[in-house]
Amino acid sequence: MSATTEIKKNVVILFAGDSGDGIQLTGTQFSTTAALYGNDISTFPNFPAEIRAPQGTIAGVSGFQLHFGSEKIYTAGDAADVLVVMNAAALKANLKQLKDGGIIIANTDGFDAKNLKLANIPAEQNPLKNSSLDKFKLFEIDVTKITRNALADSGMGTKEMDRSKNMFVLGFIYWMYNRSLDNSITFIKEQFKKRPELIDANIKVLKAGYNYGDTVEAPMQRFEVKPAPVESGTYRSIMGNQAAAIGLVAAAQKSGLTLFYGTYPITPASDILHELAKNKNFGVKTFQAEDEIAAITSSIGAAFGGALAVTGSSGPGIALKGEAIGLALMMELPLVIVNIQRGGPSTGLPTKTEQADLMQALHGRNGEAPVPIIAAYSPSDCFYSAFEACRIALEFMTPVFFLSDGYIANGAEPWKFPASKDLKEIKVQFAKNELKEGEKYLPYKRDEKLSRPWAIPGTKGLEHRIGGIEKQHETGNISYDPENHEFMVKLRQAKVDKIADYIPLQTLDNGKAKGKLLVVGWGSTYGSIKTAVNEAIEEGYDVAHAHIKYLNPFPKNLGEMLKSYDKVLIPEINNGQLVKVIRDKYFVDAEGLNKIQGLPFTSAEIKNKIKELAK
Amino acid sequence: MEANILEPKLTAKDFVTDQEVRWCPGCGDYSIIKQVQTVMPDLGIPREQIVFISGIGCSSRFPYYMETFGMHSIHGRATAVASGLKASRPELSVWIVTGDGDSLSIGGNHLIHLLRRNFNINVLLFNNEIYGLTKGQYSPASPMGSITKSSPMGSVDHPFNPLALCLGADATFVARSMDRDPIHLREVLKRANAHNGTSMVEIYQNCNVFNDGAFEVFTEKATKKINTLMVEHGKPLIFGENSDKGIKLDGFKPMVVNLSDVSANDLWIHDEKDAVKAGMLVRFFDKPSSEHYLPRPFGVFYTEDRFCYEDAMMAQLQEAISKKGKGDLDALLKGNNTWTI
Repeated sequence: MSATTEIKKNVVILFAGDSGDGIQLTGTQFSTTAALYGNDISTFPNFPAEIRAPQGTIAGVSGFQLHFGSEKIYTAGDAADVLVVMNAAALKANLKQLKDGGIIIANTDGFDAKNLKLANIPAEQNPLKNSSLDKFKLFEIDVTKITRNALADSGMGTKEMDRSKNMFVLGFIYWMYNRSLDNSITFIKEQFKKRPELIDANIKVLKAGYNYGDTVEAPMQRFEVKPAPVESGTYRSIMGNQAAAIGLVAAAQKSGLTLFYGTYPITPASDILHELAKNKNFGVKTFQAEDEIAAITSSIGAAFGGALAVTGSSGPGIALKGEAIGLALMMELPLVIVNIQRGGPSTGLPTKTEQADLMQALHGRNGEAPVPIIAAYSPSDCFYSAFEACRIALEFMTPVFFLSDGYIANGAEPWKFPASKDLKEIKVQFAKNELKEGEKYLPYKRDEKLSRPWAIPGTKGLEHRIGGIEKQHETGNISYDPENHEFMVKLRQAKVDKIADYIPLQTLDNGKAKGKLLVVGWGSTYGSIKTAVNEAIEEGYDVAHAHIKYLNPFPKNLGEMLKSYDKVLIPEINNGQLVKVIRDKYFVDAEGLNKIQGLPFTSAEIKNKIKELAK
Repeated sequence: MEANILEPKLTAKDFVTDQEVRWCPGCGDYSIIKQVQTVMPDLGIPREQIVFISGIGCSSRFPYYMETFGMHSIHGRATAVASGLKASRPELSVWIVTGDGDSLSIGGNHLIHLLRRNFNINVLLFNNEIYGLTKGQYSPASPMGSITKSSPMGSVDHPFNPLALCLGADATFVARSMDRDPIHLREVLKRANAHNGTSMVEIYQNCNVFNDGAFEVFTEKATKKINTLMVEHGKPLIFGENSDKGIKLDGFKPMVVNLSDVSANDLWIHDEKDAVKAGMLVRFFDKPSSEHYLPRPFGVFYTEDRFCYEDAMMAQLQEAISKKGKGDLDALLKGNNTWTI
């Protein structure tokens, strides 16, 4: 039966199934194919906190959301156009994400009595059999049966055959969106090169899925999403944590230092460790410490020795590192502290996203302890922000916070990656012994940036001691002198403030330089705000968008920018943190928009608020 | 030619800083730092290659008084700081100075992990069985029943046996010395430096303000000979007022014998390489007043050759380079799958 083809500007597909159903693979395969075709894309995986939650249950549902289009795409999408569900639990957990009138593709085998029971759905309320899905377009496919039929001659057992079910679904979606199978065929060949029988089986099932669309005796719709007008160039797909890891390696290469990454496994930061551990041929030293405190203090030891030292964690781990961050700050050693934020407090929501550690980064230490903060706003920006955090740490001899969160850490987007020659060199000069006869070395003598020299062990004549006790200006000797302490506290603050002279001014991402409403964001809310403000401007609202990457110190022109609008709106995935800082620092009557559900904003949520404030 | 000028040999004085030493008069730390400064010039290590790392506590002020590179870090973490430094700069001579509170209480976790990883680092554990800097609370090394400011009725904590703990963590060098025996201490320090791996040296140190005399039965002339056992590799375990007593093994049970009754050849002969016997030696830990009291041993109890973490780490980097070639940043930026628009 021939199908009609409809042209769409953008589509959101949500793949959902049991965590053993190969959902993440299906999603990433479709994403890569879409990107290779020239669509702009944004993806977000949503996996359960449990590693192997009971099969078929709601807790075991794994999801992968993909947004692709023939226009610029900034988020993984507010709601899905298509929901692919492998079982009843997947439908139950994700139905609220589907737009009215959206398409459901359901594997009927996942709705048998057993699966309904596992999903806590009474047998007589099978959603495929009653009218509860009437407002959607439902396509039922017995994926299990067709997959087994396709592999009937393969000699494989049913359990093994069933593992290819995701390939059927992928093939079918390729048909639906008029996509070539080539990329996935190449992938399958590479993936199973040691087991050729699986290459044949998976390709066969993939093609069966595609052909099913052509042959099925049902009215089917096909869609076309044309390539997006993205900047010409060579692209790759990148996830936030991967980008952060590459950014750290790049900073090490560009500064000529050895990268030392001291860390303790924690969700959602561990992927940075995994990525770095693969790059030992860059001289990268990864140290999986016994705990969070050893992770940072070993990094401090490495920094003392002259390494580009980085420690990575998430909120609970950062809490444990607090005292040591103060030590690095007191000794004035370069150190990058990576915080891939997750829902808190305490253990909180380990696999869900939140931006609630800004106050922790600003203030979470004893004493007057200012630390510069840089926040990434997208998966690919994790590369540039991690690199920049290293630059500031090294040039100013200070610990620096690099903030990301679970959403951009695990989210992916196309990245027009830079060439290494286009990355700026980071100038690092270890102190040399240039002392005159009888002259004492001053480890805390400062340059015009208020930065001190980095004299590493092994430098003859520059032997000196550093520590966490208050020190005398310049000599670094222990000092309990009252005036000296006040002087040093102010000096350490001035040093961080001084960084404002060496970072870019705040720019507007969108909108006019003066007007009714400025939406100010930081971190992973970028995509949702960008989309919302874009749409609101198109609809005639007087609104602009600024996204702050440098959160401490702020860019020098930020105050002036904030005062150029009647109102300021600050959406955050927390209970209102940046908004407090801005109100305090600039006396601006900024209003917060807060969501604390472990989920990113939808652009609609932000747009509604914009409409209310800018009408 | 500058390169041909012979460096004058350093002396102990070259390791003294201009900082005023602020330990209490009479503190055992004075003797220990003196021995360390005396030994340093004999080790043949350029001064700039030496780093002292400490945590928090009285003993942890040590680095400020040593004319080397040094860091006075935070409570309990010197072990972890030193691990990172050694991983990053394996060629440096790294020394940790710590106390019983710093290393066994707040830093207990890092200590055991340092030992199992076996970084080539020397640990000087100043054990005074008390918290001195916080003015006199019991420590995890204080004997049960210790009357201190925080335990006016006697502590109810069972103490650690520090060296048994270290052997339990697979330490590759375990030794004990004391502040009041400079010659012995200097010898042990040299042995610790020569060992390739983490060298754990427990040093009994008198806190004359808060725990005066804690070790006096081992350190004072009148009682030292009958209460201490100085072990030497390959030599029988002999002690006593006139070196007239020995330790003999009855199966796995050590017993005190009189040399008039037993030939020295039948005594326990100390073997530093014997892990089982080292485990027994460090368990000679009874109070001198107890019934089956065995003398407290001093010296090097155990040594083992085992690979060091930093060497294994460097070997992996080399292996990665030889397998994959030196890292190419452009290839890393590019990844495995690209497309051009």
